[in-house]
Amino acid sequence: MAGVTRFPARATGPADRMVGFIAHLRLNGMSLGVGETATAMAALAEINTTHPDEARLALRAVCAGTAEEAARFDDLFAAYWKNRGLEREGTTAGDTALRNPEHQRSPYVSAALSALRAGSSEQPDPEMDGEAEHGDDGHLVGSRIANMMRTDLREMMTPEQIAAAQTTAERIARAIRDRRSRRRKAAKRRGRLDMRRIARRSVATGGEPLHLHFKHRPDRPGNIVALLDVSGSMTVYARVFLSFIKGLIGADPRADAYLFHTRLVRITDALRDNDPMRAVNRLSLMAQGFGGGTRIGGNLATFNRGYARARVNGRSVVIILSDGYDTDPPELLDRELAALKRRGCRVLWLNPLKGWAGYAPVARGMAAALPHLDLFAVANTLESLATLEQELARI
Amino acid sequence: MTTWRTLRDDLAGAGYVAGDDLAMALHLALTLERPLLLEGAAGVGKTEVAKTLAALKGARLIRLQCYEGLDAAQAIYEWNYQRQLLAIRAAGESGETGRDVEARIFSEEYLLERPLLEAIQQDKPPVLLIDEIDRADEEFEAYLLEILSDFTVSIPEMGTVHARTRPHVILTANGTRDLSDALRRRCIYSHVDYPDRETELAILAARHPGLESRLAGQIVGFVQALRRENLEKSPGVAETLDFAAAIAGLGVADLTEDPAALQASLVTLLKTQADRAAVPAEVAQRLAGKAA
Repeated sequence: MAGVTRFPARATGPADRMVGFIAHLRLNGMSLGVGETATAMAALAEINTTHPDEARLALRAVCAGTAEEAARFDDLFAAYWKNRGLEREGTTAGDTALRNPEHQRSPYVSAALSALRAGSSEQPDPEMDGEAEHGDDGHLVGSRIANMMRTDLREMMTPEQIAAAQTTAERIARAIRDRRSRRRKAAKRRGRLDMRRIARRSVATGGEPLHLHFKHRPDRPGNIVALLDVSGSMTVYARVFLSFIKGLIGADPRADAYLFHTRLVRITDALRDNDPMRAVNRLSLMAQGFGGGTRIGGNLATFNRGYARARVNGRSVVIILSDGYDTDPPELLDRELAALKRRGCRVLWLNPLKGWAGYAPVARGMAAALPHLDLFAVANTLESLATLEQELARI
Repeated sequence: MTTWRTLRDDLAGAGYVAGDDLAMALHLALTLERPLLLEGAAGVGKTEVAKTLAALKGARLIRLQCYEGLDAAQAIYEWNYQRQLLAIRAAGESGETGRDVEARIFSEEYLLERPLLEAIQQDKPPVLLIDEIDRADEEFEAYLLEILSDFTVSIPEMGTVHARTRPHVILTANGTRDLSDALRRRCIYSHVDYPDRETELAILAARHPGLESRLAGQIVGFVQALRRENLEKSPGVAETLDFAAAIAGLGVADLTEDPAALQASLVTLLKTQADRAAVPAEVAQRLAGKAA
């Protein structure tokens, strides 16, 4: 039942088909408004529409807004106008895995699900019926619940503990202190003279600047980027860490989160999704490969080349949650951490093993990472996470 | 009616070789009177598009370089406070009434125009280049949206200034941070990538017409091979041109025959110490040998 979007042949005039095309793009995750439809029509009037390549170039310039969208656009264009049938492969009504979500899902996903539920008062039951319709988010991805990795992790935490992890995370998110902005704003008593307001107010007093006004640099929040290791060696902690990250994301709209095992996956949007069913669907896609080996260095490299460019700057705090067991050579981790540090961010490493008696960071990856870290701390219990708050406020 | 093909040819005539993508986006931006957002790595010629367009149209190029902390006072307008204060003092002594003084000091004479205000007050549409918009902070982006949508600036003391002509707006970004969806939606978008071999050869031919074609082929092949290496900062088109100038200036006729000159001219391509270390003489020779 894949390929359910619509049949272009059914629509009539060019305006209709254009509306259909924009709707098709929208279904596939592009944010387009009514205005874009009009612009797209106007654009087609400016070119030789009988030439499909020209139309594609023109519509791409109008509709795509980012490099990824531009790259995806050609496929979507072909799917709609050439009836090639490359539509979204959504989940379908016959998918039994979705019918019995609690039994079929990987433990990580149910962890995330309960974490999400703890955060929202919504009852999940009403959504169960309609999940096949809006269970997916319409991205051009295949949802293969059946292929999901299943691990034997027992339920580790009670809902209260999960909620506690989230609260801790929220407090920590606040503790990561603001830095000053470079932009000046009006202020009461401190900062530089605000000539603009002084001059303006002095008119009222016959040119005498009687009232002094100031401007200062207000605080400007730093943004948090969390990277969570979900490899085999981390399985027992992944559940609490996932709730922890959910808390970080919830407390700060700028925060950003990623999972890595053998690949790096961005999970911010999935964690922010208010619809728990859909969030599970998304996380389950990302869960493929959970519990396998870890490539910390390689994933950091991917992160540095891609996401970090746009999302890590001098105001960022990067939190890495990992035990430091890396299958990549330690030199790679060393180099990539150095590259990450060059972006001006602060790097924290939370290692659950550090809490163990007699632990020394002898894992080669961990040893290579140490010189680059602003803070290397223990994170194996909720209490240890909570004590981080003071330390984070200081760095 | 000019089509995007003629625009592409015109650009090529003015020394800018644009891909189909870019030519189409620019054509649409011009005809639909929309801002054009160009994104891509540093050194792929985003800023150059605006310069060439200005030359092509015979229009003024007004450039606003964005940076963190850029605010309305530097981007739009500012009153000349020192002059205003002096004028108020002088008026006080000559016994002018408050109302007259106010009318005088809040007139255009005391207004310092910054690029955005300047751009909408031209008689002939200028090219407004808003460079590296992603360096400016979100607040400024929001303000820019307002200006880009109706091309008016409201100055509380004077009233609203309407655009005499709509400038051709080109924004560039290279991913310092994510731009807002609202801004992206308002713009025609084009992602500028490193040029392919043919395009880069054409660029080289346009900028260094005297270069022998075999050497030009080697230079482009070498730079393209270098881009495939895992470098911190891949060389852009501007670097290719510098490199070609350096090679030509050193009188080298064949990249493989003078390793010392090749290694020396790498300073135009590799801009960090790590990259220099990653391309020792042997690697450079190997790449040059393959390019030949």
